[in-house]
Amino acid sequence: MAEKVSLTIDDIIVAVPEGSTILEAALRAGIEIPHLCYKPELGLSPTSSCRLCLVEVKGARGLVASCSHPAADGMIVRTDTDELRQHRRMVIDLLLSDHPHDCLTCEKSGACDLETYAYQLGVKESEFAGELVRVDPIQDGPAIIYDQTKCILCGRCVEICHNVQVAGAVDFLGRGFDTRVGLPPALPRTESVCAECGNCLDVCPTGALSYAGAQGQGREWEFERVTTICPYCGCGCPLDMHLRDGRLVKVTGAPGAGPTRGLLCVKGRFGFDFLGHPDRLTEPLVRRDGALMPATWEEALGLVARRLGEIKQRSGAHAIAGLASAKCTNEENYLMQKFMRAVIGTNNVDHCARLCHASTVAGLARAFGSGAMTNSIDDLGEAEAIFVIGSNTTECHPVIGAVIKRAVRGGKTRLIVADPRAIELTEYADLHLQQKPGTDVALINALAHVILEEGLEDEQFIGERTEGFEELRLAVEPYTPEFAEKITGVPAPNLAEAARIYARAGGAAIVYSMGITQHTTGTDNVLALANLAMLTGNIGRPGTGVNPLRGQNNVQGACDMGALPDVYSGYQKVADGHVRSKFEHAWGVSLPDSTGLTVVEMMEAAAGGKLKAIYIMGENPMLSDPDISHVEEALRGLDFLVVQDIFLTETAQLADVVLPAAAFAEKNGCFTNTERRVQRVRKGLEPPGDARADWNITCELAGRMGYVMSYADVAAVHEEIAETTPIYSGITYDRLETQSLQWPCSDAEHPGTAILHKDRFTRGLGKFHPVTFIPPKELPDDDYPFLLSTGRILEHFHTGTMSRHSEVLGRLVSVGAIEINPTDAHRLGIADGDPVKVTSRRGRIEIAARVTERVTPGTVFLAFHFREAPANRLTIAALDPVAKIPEFKVCAVKVEPAR
Amino acid sequence: MSLVLPETLLQGRRSQPQQLIEVLHDIQELRGYIPQESMIALSKELGVPLIDVYRVASFYKAFSLVPRGEHLVTVCMGTACHVRGAAPMVHQLAGQLEVEPGGTTTDGLFTLECVNCLGACALGPIVVLDGVYHDHMTPRRLRRLIESVRRAENEGRSNV
Repeated sequence: MAEKVSLTIDDIIVAVPEGSTILEAALRAGIEIPHLCYKPELGLSPTSSCRLCLVEVKGARGLVASCSHPAADGMIVRTDTDELRQHRRMVIDLLLSDHPHDCLTCEKSGACDLETYAYQLGVKESEFAGELVRVDPIQDGPAIIYDQTKCILCGRCVEICHNVQVAGAVDFLGRGFDTRVGLPPALPRTESVCAECGNCLDVCPTGALSYAGAQGQGREWEFERVTTICPYCGCGCPLDMHLRDGRLVKVTGAPGAGPTRGLLCVKGRFGFDFLGHPDRLTEPLVRRDGALMPATWEEALGLVARRLGEIKQRSGAHAIAGLASAKCTNEENYLMQKFMRAVIGTNNVDHCARLCHASTVAGLARAFGSGAMTNSIDDLGEAEAIFVIGSNTTECHPVIGAVIKRAVRGGKTRLIVADPRAIELTEYADLHLQQKPGTDVALINALAHVILEEGLEDEQFIGERTEGFEELRLAVEPYTPEFAEKITGVPAPNLAEAARIYARAGGAAIVYSMGITQHTTGTDNVLALANLAMLTGNIGRPGTGVNPLRGQNNVQGACDMGALPDVYSGYQKVADGHVRSKFEHAWGVSLPDSTGLTVVEMMEAAAGGKLKAIYIMGENPMLSDPDISHVEEALRGLDFLVVQDIFLTETAQLADVVLPAAAFAEKNGCFTNTERRVQRVRKGLEPPGDARADWNITCELAGRMGYVMSYADVAAVHEEIAETTPIYSGITYDRLETQSLQWPCSDAEHPGTAILHKDRFTRGLGKFHPVTFIPPKELPDDDYPFLLSTGRILEHFHTGTMSRHSEVLGRLVSVGAIEINPTDAHRLGIADGDPVKVTSRRGRIEIAARVTERVTPGTVFLAFHFREAPANRLTIAALDPVAKIPEFKVCAVKVEPAR
Repeated sequence: MSLVLPETLLQGRRSQPQQLIEVLHDIQELRGYIPQESMIALSKELGVPLIDVYRVASFYKAFSLVPRGEHLVTVCMGTACHVRGAAPMVHQLAGQLEVEPGGTTTDGLFTLECVNCLGACALGPIVVLDGVYHDHMTPRRLRRLIESVRRAENEGRSNV
């Protein structure tokens, strides 16, 4: 703790750490000082430009800007005197002299700082006569309107854009009365660095920046505000829903709040039109004579209960499988796995975590004993080096991407990016290792080789905290940088340099995502990264760790809740008799002991006729799973398919019964984000029509199948979770009302765990696992000469069920495109935007080409969000032998111009 | 590329963000304004974010983002010039050139601009034509000055 200084502000004595500003000290004393340009919550250095926060300091010459002036011992400060009021009135008066007085019809009325201060200081009309500068508002994108006449040039938007979001998209242009904030005017929108995150909207003190979609839809006092958690990626950003007349009008972040500093990305701010979309499912559907027809809940649930019961009786419990959902709450996932295990009697329950981080769960559990992000999001700011591998962070986890960029900009952190594509983060990196897809083990082993070769390992850590080091040393022996260069294509000196940066840093964090996991060697890749961290002692301290970024809002929670075929909630093994009897006792039934089927195995079993029925909650395997022609065949072959979702998805269209579910904004519960943080999801809207919350549906169904699942509310479900799940024991709804908690959290006093494996690994000693390079299953050849990788883009999400029903996102990116290198495009006679045919051994799609240097010659990249051109018609269902995750990142395709 | 951002302007200046204003001056001199394509190219060559190039280029009066006429006529509107009769100069020019201050004639020959003070108050009213100061200006002398430039231009053109 820094030295304290004590000062007197308006006769109140307050002690603050040395280096605090007067304004910070005043805030601590509960004294508000007016300010317009500064936004203390953002943690930025003040610009001191508005001159509103001036205070009197005894003995100082003139007035002092409290936002930037450091508090000093013995200082005597006055924040509210006649002279100060006079001065502040003048500041407001000058601002109002060139500001339209149309507060009656202004969108910002009620939430405008200028309006508030003018009111507080009693500035009625400006004393300065002069013509107002009139400029029409501009809207150069789908979402944000800028009204220059209302802009007071405080610079908050420029600050957040440059220094918090680190996009550097907008700045002041022009000068004098013509000064305005804007994007480079000549550049086409698509080439702008503006990510349309809209964080500038949240900091604008006036109505200068506003959301186009909310114009005329209500003002501050007309909204009901409900704070909940974003339903897109795993960052877990808190957001405020502004509701009016049963409709979500707009979403705002809360600058400064939560693990993500209150930032939002384009999806989490503008991607919510799906909630009130006319295509939402509003009533149950039952297939009659081949077509899905409306039915009552009574009919639909009765039919599901009867059919599942029949199939269980005829073919056994293991002929039925369930898919839980990374989109649904913890409570819903818990009940889903309980339903499958206790009511149906099978461990055939899985969800799409299988397709993203199954290899993480498998790999990290082996190495450390716990398969989750070891450190926290905030923690990345403390790392001296960050090694990002296989994660396009700024697009797929935009808010964490901003944390990384901030760290690099801060000057303390060096960044190494290993990615086959020239992603945005490479512009911030000291080093870009552009490896060939699927060669990660060779790359990581080479880093380990250099570290050992040059004696950069942490001997003490290896000796005290790990086992299996000798085997590792032998395994990485052959991986000289020169050898690895031949496999990975990364120049040997760069590999050596990367190893040095990583190993020499005081604290180095590894950040990875699906570029590591979605391979037939996914588990090996994860183990290799775990080796690297243990080798250098980069685990268990701030700014270190192995940090898998989870792809969905609640994929961490769905895993935690045991929506996996081999574990109950809290990763308690199904195979462990002791654990099983605990759950048998809690649930009052006998439970199956055999491990169930994984997602891809389910499709296999369905195609083979062994699986007769699947109950799907909020998942869309018809777009998300590899080789979807095969998936379709499997689902069509089932005797009975139930799909519970918010839209009639591609999968729901194949169902026998479709149950309409509530979306995230329409129910209570919890999501657990990528850093193991459990946060409350709050209901703000009623579900459309007859739609019901997933947990209600599951309970109802259980009852009809003869097992009582009766809970007063989600809090009661959570109590059961806390009782049966040691890592969630101390997490209660009472506590979550005012805070969020990171598991493990063992009792009501436990503050949660920001960093795992601090003094000991969950499994005791960390275990090195020697791994060797194995090439991907299907590599390009003469017939299919291109290597296809699949992934996500910023503006859309997963199978598009939410993002593609949102206008702003649709206007930003309306269709998919395949990224292809200019060299290849030229050779094939393909121009940017041309339609192309992409063919693999499993299927063919037609899509537009995007000619870009982002991909290397010989590789192409495709996002899987688009049903019109589903990437997964091409991908291969080759699985990692341990984690059963499919190799989405590598398969061979042929690209031809489509005539 | 050559005209967008000539190589000669970049020599020894690549990847040096601090050279931004110098290069902008050179482009302004060469082209008479700062074309958008030049700013995009400059951003890449110097390693300066495009928005920074725009911020600087749009802030300084020395830079114009729109094409200017071949000849720049600047009228000083400072206090001293004003009381000595700068307004009639603007009036004269606006009528003769058929253009408002800040504008460029349709034939692209002249751009008219007003500035606040040139610091040569004793010599007012002052009109600057292509960098040459004309002191103690009167509307009549100004008219002749403009006519002489026009004549020279016309002769130059007919000789080609």
